[in-house]
Amino acid sequence: MSLELLLALGIGLLAAAGIYLLLRPRTFDTVLGLSLLSYAVNLFIFAMGRLRVGAPPIAAGGAPPTLATVADPLPQALVLTAIVISFGMTALLLVIALRGRHESGTDQVDGRDDGRGSGA
Amino acid sequence: MNHWLIAPIVLPLLAGAVLTLVEGRAPRLARWVSLLATLGFLAVAARLVGLAASGEVSVYLLGNWQPPFGIVLALDRLSALMLLLTGAVALAALIHALGGWDRRGAHFHALFQYQLMGLAGAFLTADLFNLFVFFEVLLAASYGLLLHGAGPERLRASFHYVVLNLTASALFLIGVSLLYGLAGTLNLADLAVKLARLPAGDAGLAQVAGVLLLVVFGLKAAILPLHLWLPGTYAAAPAPVAALFAIMTKVGIYAIARVFTLVFGAGEGAAAQVLLPAGLATLAAASLGALAAGSLRVLAGWLVVASAGTLLAALGLAGAASLGAALYYLIHSTLIAAALFLLAEAIGRQRGAAGDALAPGPALARPALLGALFFAAAAAAGGLPPLAGFVGKLAILDSALGTPAWPWLFGVVLVSGLLVLVALSRAGSLLFWKSEGSASGAAVPAGEWLPVAALLAAGFATVLFAGPVLGYARAAAGQLVERGGYVESVLGARPVEREPAR
Repeated sequence: MSLELLLALGIGLLAAAGIYLLLRPRTFDTVLGLSLLSYAVNLFIFAMGRLRVGAPPIAAGGAPPTLATVADPLPQALVLTAIVISFGMTALLLVIALRGRHESGTDQVDGRDDGRGSGA
Repeated sequence: MNHWLIAPIVLPLLAGAVLTLVEGRAPRLARWVSLLATLGFLAVAARLVGLAASGEVSVYLLGNWQPPFGIVLALDRLSALMLLLTGAVALAALIHALGGWDRRGAHFHALFQYQLMGLAGAFLTADLFNLFVFFEVLLAASYGLLLHGAGPERLRASFHYVVLNLTASALFLIGVSLLYGLAGTLNLADLAVKLARLPAGDAGLAQVAGVLLLVVFGLKAAILPLHLWLPGTYAAAPAPVAALFAIMTKVGIYAIARVFTLVFGAGEGAAAQVLLPAGLATLAAASLGALAAGSLRVLAGWLVVASAGTLLAALGLAGAASLGAALYYLIHSTLIAAALFLLAEAIGRQRGAAGDALAPGPALARPALLGALFFAAAAAAGGLPPLAGFVGKLAILDSALGTPAWPWLFGVVLVSGLLVLVALSRAGSLLFWKSEGSASGAAVPAGEWLPVAALLAAGFATVLFAGPVLGYARAAAGQLVERGGYVESVLGARPVEREPAR
């Protein structure tokens, strides 16, 4: 299996699982779904810099600075930024979810207990 | 390089950093710092409008990198206008907040300044990924502000708001990285050049990226069917925060105006075809929502959606004339929406338990003052003839004449204007005339009605000085549509040469 296919399948699987969880009525599922979705997005950004195996992210002396010889360093920087932001946002979202669970007594996203319990 | 360009970002950042340390220990000092920083922001924004009015696009190279490699800030007429509007709304919201909202939770002023920083950055940046980062800055601050003072209703609304925006951020990143994968650049001016030269096989992917970005900006701007979160969220927010949020939907409109004219070209591409129908549908839905609103704040929230719909429809017409009219309407509708949120709070406080619900409640102690303010705000929001809402709508309709879509635009804009007027008169008569029981006797502090009056006065000033304001808006639209000046200024900027250090 080629690297491209493997990565594309991985991104698709993560995104599908993330969207499924995002549409669930429990806050914890939603948070997990957003995390999975952000993993899919991070891999996607990385892939947009083209997939290269074993190439340095800086132009080596003498070699022409094209994508044939070096890995594009910019998507790596973008991914790093995206990871930091989504990490912070997930932490904030968890706090809101926990506080909501505490105040309304249910982890249903609308704050209304539908009587099915958190394990449903 | 003109260092004034980065002042609207650095000033709130520094003030926010100081306030984070100071606010818990010296609340009085924190209020002064926040007030001075916001006044400074307004002054800098006014200075930048003066700078941009000449028609020159000023460019600021962060880190002194040669464009398009580093991040670039660019100031044109549109950016400067949005900054000034942000400063005006922020100052009014802050003065209202000083009446007590800022003490109901921790770090109000710091979050307020960070929000200003995010807004200023989003309006100034000429880099798509940097736009994403500033969106996150302003959203992170808005999450904190929305939660300010907490309560179950606010928590529920916050959770929805955060999840929606995080999902939108994921889509934003996909759109941005798609464009990067296609064009190899993130600089807006460079993207404009590179996308025009894209091989035919890649053009479809660029359209996909454009539509993804439209969804993201559409969520921020509350466009049908992505508008459902707005009325509930804004009604749950503290009044000064809701007033500041009036500018947040305009960030979405600004981003649409910038990206879909500068990068994709005005009226070109799949996304541009959606703007006009989506805007009209949003406007129609919002006017029905306004009729059904159960409280004044929800009504004000629907009016924000209605103005977003009007603006989007005008953007969809894609001509410089309609864009100019839309920018003029944007100024006025933002000011009035902010005033209505602040007014709803003042009215609600007078009616005790009934709050701002549109149902018979106790009579107001100060019906003359609040009634006059409400009447002025409603007349302006409804677009009655001598006022700016009317001038703006007339200019938009006038620019639509001769385009194939004009019967649709006329029909929806005029009928929805009538519906909004009905909704506002119903709200006014329920709040001020259908009273049960006696007045509670509470006075309206000056801190509550002065910002409302100031916002309304600013709204009226846009009619009084309609000539220069409309002229500026049209010049801004012309600059935006023409786009050559922006591209040349950004790509032609050169780093400052320095003597090598010894």
